[in-house]
Amino acid sequence: MSSPKIAVLIEHRGGQIAQPSLEALTLARSLGTPVAVWLGSEVLADAANELGLYGATEVRVASIGDDARHPTKAAAAVEAASRDAAVLLVVSTFVNKEIATRLALSTGAGVVVDAAGAEFVDGRIEAFKTVFAATWNVRCRINTGKAIVGVRPNTTLAVALDQEAVAPLVVDVDVTVPETREALTHVEPIEAGEGVPLAEASVVVSGGRGTGGDYTLVREFAELLGGAVGASRDATDEGWISHEHMVGQTGTTVTPALYVACGISGAIHHRGGMQASGTVVAVNLDPDAPIFEICDFGVVGSLFDVLPQAIEKIKEHRGA
Amino acid sequence: MRILVTVKYVPDLQSNRSFTDGTVTRTAEDGTMNELDENAVEAALQLVEQHGGEVYALTVGPADAVAAVRKALQLGVHHAIHVTDEAAAGSDVFATAKVLAGAISKVHAEEPLDMVITGMAALDGLTSMLPTALAVELDWSQLSLASSLEVADGKATIVRHLPDAHETVVAPLPAVVSVTDEANKPRYPNFKLIMAARNAPVTTWSLADVGVDAKSVGASASRTTVVDASPRPARQNVTIVTDKGEGGTELAAFLIERGLV
Ligand SMILES: Cc1cc2nc3c(=O)[nH]c(=O)nc-3n(C[C@H](O)[C@H](O)[C@H](O)COP(=O)(O)OP(=O)(O)OC[C@H]3O[C@@H](n4cnc5c(N)ncnc54)[C@H](O)[C@@H]3O)c2cc1C
Ligand SMILES: Nc1ncnc2c1ncn2[C@@H]1O[C@H](COP(=O)(O)O)[C@@H](O)[C@H]1O
Repeated sequence: MSSPKIAVLIEHRGGQIAQPSLEALTLARSLGTPVAVWLGSEVLADAANELGLYGATEVRVASIGDDARHPTKAAAAVEAASRDAAVLLVVSTFVNKEIATRLALSTGAGVVVDAAGAEFVDGRIEAFKTVFAATWNVRCRINTGKAIVGVRPNTTLAVALDQEAVAPLVVDVDVTVPETREALTHVEPIEAGEGVPLAEASVVVSGGRGTGGDYTLVREFAELLGGAVGASRDATDEGWISHEHMVGQTGTTVTPALYVACGISGAIHHRGGMQASGTVVAVNLDPDAPIFEICDFGVVGSLFDVLPQAIEKIKEHRGA
Repeated sequence: MRILVTVKYVPDLQSNRSFTDGTVTRTAEDGTMNELDENAVEAALQLVEQHGGEVYALTVGPADAVAAVRKALQLGVHHAIHVTDEAAAGSDVFATAKVLAGAISKVHAEEPLDMVITGMAALDGLTSMLPTALAVELDWSQLSLASSLEVADGKATIVRHLPDAHETVVAPLPAVVSVTDEANKPRYPNFKLIMAARNAPVTTWSLADVGVDAKSVGASASRTTVVDASPRPARQNVTIVTDKGEGGTELAAFLIERGLV
């Protein structure tokens, strides 16, 4: 049997490929022959080469411009570009869940979203995920011949091919973009923040109500560890930090190697978005805060005392 | 305006949630209306307060799931519908959408609806796939993840906050709209409504009533099957220290030892 084609919908912004897409390509390699799907405008040589480095044998380009923002139109393009693929991998974002659902209905595919990985078992895809605020592990079998899997960032380590990469074949895909009832009348881009995007960061330092609105130490600690800054809903509701930083089940779900919660009580809504993280560290004044039930290392104390000391000691250690 | 809100019966977030035989365990004690559907109910109530009209709440689920529409009645919706059928047990999102669409079409045929409002996600599975599946089944406009929602001249306008942009999307009615928890602040039920909800009639329909073939739904028609579910082990070797002046040093030592810095 020839190796099945595994299509991967690539996330990109300003020509830059998002890290989770390289992770998805790495996962795709373990399942079959990866084929990258690129929506929007043409793919530049550098990007195509990078996709090749992570295993893409082909880059299929659907030049549908801004229509790529419209889930129904994007779904039509992805369908056209992935007809021969047994599996389609997408990064598990809200927009991609819409695209995946529409594709499932038009192609008959089964879907698992928010997956931490997938493998073939007896010719069918099985995907694993955590549910109930990461308190349960679940393995889902996709019963249909065609499978769509939404993969969570940070669940597969992106690894480039070790052999000399061959530049992938770049092919144009013909798409008839469907008429839709919905019209996108205004798009206000959000400036890409500095550093790593929250969902993709391997270290996240979050501050909650306990910061009292002062994120200086949280930012400093995040920067020192090369991580992103997160927040609780209470903090974003207060307007202390913008909504994109919110970690939780209705905010961003993060699974970094290290999660540091500062002045966050650990409400179930917050835990739902971070509990699957590798190592969890908490600093909180209240010894009964629920965050201490789910951490590996906790300090009962004020973040205003603990963080400066930790920052100093880590700097000392690095200098040594 | 005539608006229908879909509400899901899920295990309470604060309860010990679990799986039994590949499906979410649902018990009468721990079951409740999905918290995020309170935002959907609130959005519908605000629209009819503004434009006049009535609101239906609809749930698909086992016998106990009637609690979800009762909660919606307590919040002030006018009519409640519960679709329940043994044959629907174990349905996946696509089958559930089919059943919901059957019930919605039945209400729509009596007198046209302007809108279906859903929550952004059900907090048991958090898949957020149902609103899209429902819009496709009904072949209506879809507006998703609304953090604000306005209706004028037969059109709905929403703003949605995505990680890279804020988008304004407009579509003609009827539409399926999913609202986020940013859209509004759900009200609390008042005593009068709680009392009234207790005896308010709930319409109960079977699959046959909503015109859905039993063979096309349920566990056997499901495109995915949970083949294994197990509780994740609690974290091992947990250390909690109290800061007596050395808390930061101890934290740094832990991170250094784990190779995390
Ligand atoms: C439908 C719904 C969805 C929600 N979704 C989310 C979500 O996605 N994400 C989310 O985060 N929340 C969400 N919430 C809110 C959530 O329930 C909590 O209210 C919120 O997470 C609490 O934020 P907090 O931990 O910052 O504040 P608090 O609960 O007030 O905790 C602050 C903590 O800081 C500690 N503290 C105070 N001073 C200091 C100090 N100097 N040093 C150290 N510690 C200190 C206190 O002991 C306390 O434990 C949601 C709520 C609802 C109803
Ligand atoms: N069985 C159900 N009955 C009624 N509404 C549902 C059901 N399942 C999902 N929904 C609706 O769909 C939304 C999204 O759910 P989900 O796609 O399962 O995350 C929920 O907030 C509900 O409004």
